[in-house]
Amino acid sequence: MKSLIKTLVEIPGPSGSEHTICEKIRDEVAAYVDSLRVDALGNLIALKGEKKAGGLRLMLSAHMDEIGIMVTHVDENGFVRFITIGGVSPRTCLGGRVLFMNGVQGVIGCEKLEDINSQPAIDQFFIDVGAHNRQDCKVKIGDVAGFERSFLDLGNRLVAKSMDNRVSVAILVEMLRQLEHTPHQIYAVFSTQEEVGLRGAISAAYGIDPDLGLAVDVTAVGDTPKGIKMEVSLGNGPAIKVRDSSFISDPRLVRWMVAVAETNGIPYQLEVLERGGTDGKSIQLARAGVPTAGLSIPCRYIHSPSEMVDYNDVQGAVRLLLALVSEPIVLE
Amino acid sequence: MHPNYDLPLYVPKITQEQIGLLERLCQACAVAGDESEVRQVILEQVKPYADEVKVDALGNVLVTRQGKSDHCPRVMMTAHMDEVGFMLVNEEEGGLYRFALVGGIDPRQLVGKPVLVGREHLPGVIGAKPIHLTDAEERKHTIPVDALRIDLGTEGSSKVKKGDWATFATRFAQIGPSLCAKALDDRLGVATLIELVKHAPANLDLLVAFTVQEEIGLRGARVAGYAFNPDLAIVVDSTPANDLPTRDGSENASYNTHLGAGPAIYLADRATFSDQRLVRHLVQAAETESIPYQFRQPGGGGTDAGAIHTQRAGIPSVSVSVPCRYIHTAAGIARLDDWNNTLRLLYAALLGFDASFINNPA
Amino acid sequence: MIDPLPFLKSLIPVPGISGFENPICKSVSDAWRPLVDELSISRLGSLHGLCSGTGSQPRHRLMFAAHMDTIGLMVTGMVDGLLRVTAIGGIDPRVLPGQSVTVHARQDLPAVVVQPPVGLLPPDYKSSPVAIEYLWVDTGLLSTQVTELVKIGDPISFAQPAVELTGETLCAPYLDNRASLAALTICLDELHGRTHPWDVWAVASVQEEIGVRGAYTSTFQLHPDIAVAIDVTFARNPGSNDWGTFPLGKGVTLGWGANIHPALFKKFKEIANLVEIPFEVEVMPYYSGTDGEGMQVTAEGIPTMVVCIPLRYMHTPVEVVSLKDIRRAGRLMAEFACQLEPDFIEKIIWDE
Repeated sequence: MKSLIKTLVEIPGPSGSEHTICEKIRDEVAAYVDSLRVDALGNLIALKGEKKAGGLRLMLSAHMDEIGIMVTHVDENGFVRFITIGGVSPRTCLGGRVLFMNGVQGVIGCEKLEDINSQPAIDQFFIDVGAHNRQDCKVKIGDVAGFERSFLDLGNRLVAKSMDNRVSVAILVEMLRQLEHTPHQIYAVFSTQEEVGLRGAISAAYGIDPDLGLAVDVTAVGDTPKGIKMEVSLGNGPAIKVRDSSFISDPRLVRWMVAVAETNGIPYQLEVLERGGTDGKSIQLARAGVPTAGLSIPCRYIHSPSEMVDYNDVQGAVRLLLALVSEPIVLE
Repeated sequence: MHPNYDLPLYVPKITQEQIGLLERLCQACAVAGDESEVRQVILEQVKPYADEVKVDALGNVLVTRQGKSDHCPRVMMTAHMDEVGFMLVNEEEGGLYRFALVGGIDPRQLVGKPVLVGREHLPGVIGAKPIHLTDAEERKHTIPVDALRIDLGTEGSSKVKKGDWATFATRFAQIGPSLCAKALDDRLGVATLIELVKHAPANLDLLVAFTVQEEIGLRGARVAGYAFNPDLAIVVDSTPANDLPTRDGSENASYNTHLGAGPAIYLADRATFSDQRLVRHLVQAAETESIPYQFRQPGGGGTDAGAIHTQRAGIPSVSVSVPCRYIHTAAGIARLDDWNNTLRLLYAALLGFDASFINNPA
Repeated sequence: MIDPLPFLKSLIPVPGISGFENPICKSVSDAWRPLVDELSISRLGSLHGLCSGTGSQPRHRLMFAAHMDTIGLMVTGMVDGLLRVTAIGGIDPRVLPGQSVTVHARQDLPAVVVQPPVGLLPPDYKSSPVAIEYLWVDTGLLSTQVTELVKIGDPISFAQPAVELTGETLCAPYLDNRASLAALTICLDELHGRTHPWDVWAVASVQEEIGVRGAYTSTFQLHPDIAVAIDVTFARNPGSNDWGTFPLGKGVTLGWGANIHPALFKKFKEIANLVEIPFEVEVMPYYSGTDGEGMQVTAEGIPTMVVCIPLRYMHTPVEVVSLKDIRRAGRLMAEFACQLEPDFIEKIIWDE
């Protein structure tokens, strides 16, 4: 599964420009699903299974977009100004490298700061693609780039940009590959534009009208030096989401997920994420409401070019997901 | 019954007639939540042409002009009727009213301005302390809205009450190549869509929503998008042209749009990523018809498209705006040429929609 | 008419934090069962009760929504038997130190919110308000017992008992929005003995405090022709005497502004004057901060109205409400429902 993750994380695809990653995911899952379609907002929707006795219509959502930047202006000297797509911190821009959707690469520079102790704002940065002037600059207003950093395999720990959320994409893909029997009608949605407002999932959920929803995404951890206080740690298993800042999981689903994890001997953690939202909110609010929960992969350094996950957590997530969708769902 | 299908081809153009209509629209007072004055003008203008007109639960005006065939593309267009303004929230002695801002207005734009209050457009003013009674320290700080009052003279309370709305009092003027008025955002869009309703092409079902409450959260557009459930949506708004000179003579890299450079096509704002096919379609229409156009700088702001594109199972959307300096202030300035070219671009784009565009999402 | 005082006193100790409304839902179900024709629960847990109308089909639907969820806290971690917490809904951390709470763990555990000694706080906090991330909840139990009984994500509610104050006022936590639930129950009781042409749906909605979630989804499901939100608003209290606050015990408020359909405002005003229920107009320049925000923009849009009951010290454990205002609100809603003509919706014309 490591090579799948590596392939997925390295493809540029910030919110609004998911076509390339969409094609790749299509290739990976086509043989394992009953049908595939792309909806009006670019969501890739895979269908597997039929609703049998005791079965439900499930929507599993893993967003395929990542954070990035979009060009706002190319100045007369060929320097490129930009805005951020999604939650990009100025701190991670300094010295960063970007890869545009059209293949052009660049580095991020910054204006001289009046106060070197202050944090620069995004409009003080610019991208240098090596152009001499506006005319020979190979990017233009509206062009989109993702951050560029190569994938690192540190054994148990894997590092890349866009583990958020390509690691969840990989998990869904792997689940589809390994799933043999299910009483449920499963819609695996590789959603768009999550990083800019959970947008793709809104219309995907409306279109599917599921009985139950599960958002698969990364979550933060509390196990780094003087970090946020959070009870989730890398390596302690996939996290069952109680809440994040965008929605509160249906407590019945949380109890169900815990029961399945315990029955199957899969280590898990309970997650309360105070800052960070996911597709779960969009699914929960669809139409007349959808009972929704989240399955999360603990991740360090989220929204930096070097996000780190634990490979055992990833594999545990696949196992848990398979266990969750292979059997009828009993909620109390 | 479609009166103009067999008439000579319509050539979209802004003339004194449309300018006169724009003047009426800008002079009307319609703050978000109280769009009735503009609604009345629109209803009067579109009823003779529309196949269907409806005012929905929020006050949106929903107009349908059916195409010739049964399976035309369903194309939605919107422009918002509301403007930013004020609401009187508390009466004080001597005809003074405390007020709240409705929509995004920089408090520094308020001081010393005349306003119009209520359905009868009663004149009032937002006064300011005389400079003689201030000190240097005080003058370093913006006067907060809390400290400002709308003054209707000593007997103001006999004519208005808390809950009434108020707007800037700027009078519409055509100055050479420019138009100067309050509420060009988005009466320009409203006037444009009225014109398109009157001359809707036959190749599509034109679904026009004149929306409410855009300035306070795109609320009207949300339900209009749900109700129409179109194949695609084009939003017509007005966007800032921040193309003034920089302080130090360096290049202005945050101009948003340039006045005089034509209709501004959106690539992305804070609420929406434009559908790329629609962007290409607009660019192609502009280039084919030799219509000047520009791209609005990505980022910041939002239009009704933000609420429309995620409705139902997703609605591909794009926005096109007339550039306008000093939006959300007492007096905005736009160029007649930009407005004219916006109308031309939109009409050319409409003519180019056919069933294959809808059925083959590339 | 149902007496709101014992009704509220029975509801106050029942938890119902946003996302965890099951217990309060049961209590309200029990109260509504004898008063409605049908009772059901939405997919997110909102309670829907139908009082069938007498008009001919297709009958129009009026929906009253009073949210049943409340603000609260949630366990985010455990250290040495002490609980770390976060807020659910809008809580000013300054009201927390020293408050009695109940931790809804494997069993309900009484506890206290504690502010650590100055020496254990960051230097900035010598005398300034302590952020919630530095507060603890102490159950008085040993660390091993806590690990046994409590888990991450357990909700915590305020544990102040209800106290009757003078002037027929009640002080308790969660009168936002139990006061409105009481009013809605009074309304249902009234309707039970009268006829009304429209179907009346009473909705005890969920998750209002975290984004009017129940309002969006219940409105979508029930698809009413008119939606009325009943919530609390700010009564005049020390420190806030401005235009946005209202006297306690002197009547309800009728909302006016973008979230309100003017024809509904007009109708409510007429009815209030007819049956002599005192009210003030509550201007809402943009949002109403109630379920009305979600109801108005669901599906193709619903004409919406907001009626509020003044409340002091909102979102603290010592909210104060006037029982008279609760009765007034209940009567007003019932009267509105009974006086709604079968063709009221068709007759609504914008811009008269």
